[in-house]
Amino acid sequence: MATSANYFDQLRKTRVWRSIFRSGTGASTLHRSLVIQQDVFLHLFPTKVRRRMLNVGVTWYLGSLTFGTFLILVTTGILLMLYYHPSVPQAYADTKDLQFVVSSGMFLRNLHRWSAHAMVFLVFAHMFKVFYRGAYRPPREFNWVIGVILLLITLLLSYTGYLLPWDQLAYWAITVGSNIASAVPLVGDKVHFLLLGGNLVNANALLRFYVLHCMILPLTAIFFIAIHFWRIRKDGGLYVHGSDPSASTSSAAKEVR
Amino acid sequence: MPEEKKTEEQETREIDRRSFFVKLGLGSLSIATAGTAVFAYQFLSPSVLYEPSPIINAGKPEGYPLDSVTLDVNSGIYIIHAKEGFFSLSAVCTHLGCLTAWKPELGIVACPCHGSKFRRDGEKIEGPAPKPLPWYRVWLSDEGDLMVDRSTTVRSQQFLRV
Repeated sequence: MATSANYFDQLRKTRVWRSIFRSGTGASTLHRSLVIQQDVFLHLFPTKVRRRMLNVGVTWYLGSLTFGTFLILVTTGILLMLYYHPSVPQAYADTKDLQFVVSSGMFLRNLHRWSAHAMVFLVFAHMFKVFYRGAYRPPREFNWVIGVILLLITLLLSYTGYLLPWDQLAYWAITVGSNIASAVPLVGDKVHFLLLGGNLVNANALLRFYVLHCMILPLTAIFFIAIHFWRIRKDGGLYVHGSDPSASTSSAAKEVR
Repeated sequence: MPEEKKTEEQETREIDRRSFFVKLGLGSLSIATAGTAVFAYQFLSPSVLYEPSPIINAGKPEGYPLDSVTLDVNSGIYIIHAKEGFFSLSAVCTHLGCLTAWKPELGIVACPCHGSKFRRDGEKIEGPAPKPLPWYRVWLSDEGDLMVDRSTTVRSQQFLRV
């Protein structure tokens, strides 16, 4: 009889599931211990790193640099939050205060802004590098998917942060951007209404974008970054051309033939 | 033969305790998930909005000279005094919601964002805007003020004669 437990077992045997969780199915002690031993918290960092993997040419350090800008953004962002009120008359004045009144406020705000630009640039550079080197191919296909999610989160963080200074540029950029969302068939107007918390870019929209920018999106980003790092190790470390076992065996097989 | 068939049918219909509870558990879980989705949607939709009223008091008609186009920046409307009478146009571009501007030297309405251009009666001349600028309902209040309702659009060429 096909019970739901069987369906779950079937699901665990699918290619998609196995590309995410490597331990596989089975009732043996080995499988049970593998499930625990391979979890994300024990695997953020690799057990070993080969010297040649640290060469600049392998990765150009693009992923690490992206993570570095993310850490700068979290640090400066938390400090900026100490002087910023997400309310309609106050937000613009606070932004000006941060620039001209708060000690080092100008430095922190500019650091936050330029790191944000750098992060978007580095994410794209990282993706191009991974794409053109073919490092997205199996067994790393799931980590590419995580990467695409992280790209979307980065862009959403940029977009939500854009409204917070509450100046003309911010107001009209979010007006235009949220109207693009309402072009989605059937649910577009609802999405627009939920995103802004109303029909206009107003106090509700500012508060929603603030919560998204400072809480929801960064926490989601941290979650997916952890999975991203975990997958690097679980998929056999950083990709170097020719180091991939499946690639080398297939080329060896060709040679034998 | 028929007897055997019957028992087979009975067997398939039988359900053991474990799978019953699994089904019960998964069933209640999916009901709870659906309930959570409904709750989340309702929570995220504001029940009360503190947005400005759609009805605008535009003041006395005498304040608008003949053949003038006046933009009210705060409410996003034009008050236009044409030869045929008064009318009000939305000043919000139908493309992506930017505030348009009246160009007196060209006699057109132009959007600064993506270059849509409109005639004074709202009809599109060029640009990405999908629709003409809508006409709003205009009437005179008991005090003789021009009133505009931004929530009610009317067919074009409906002028208010004062």
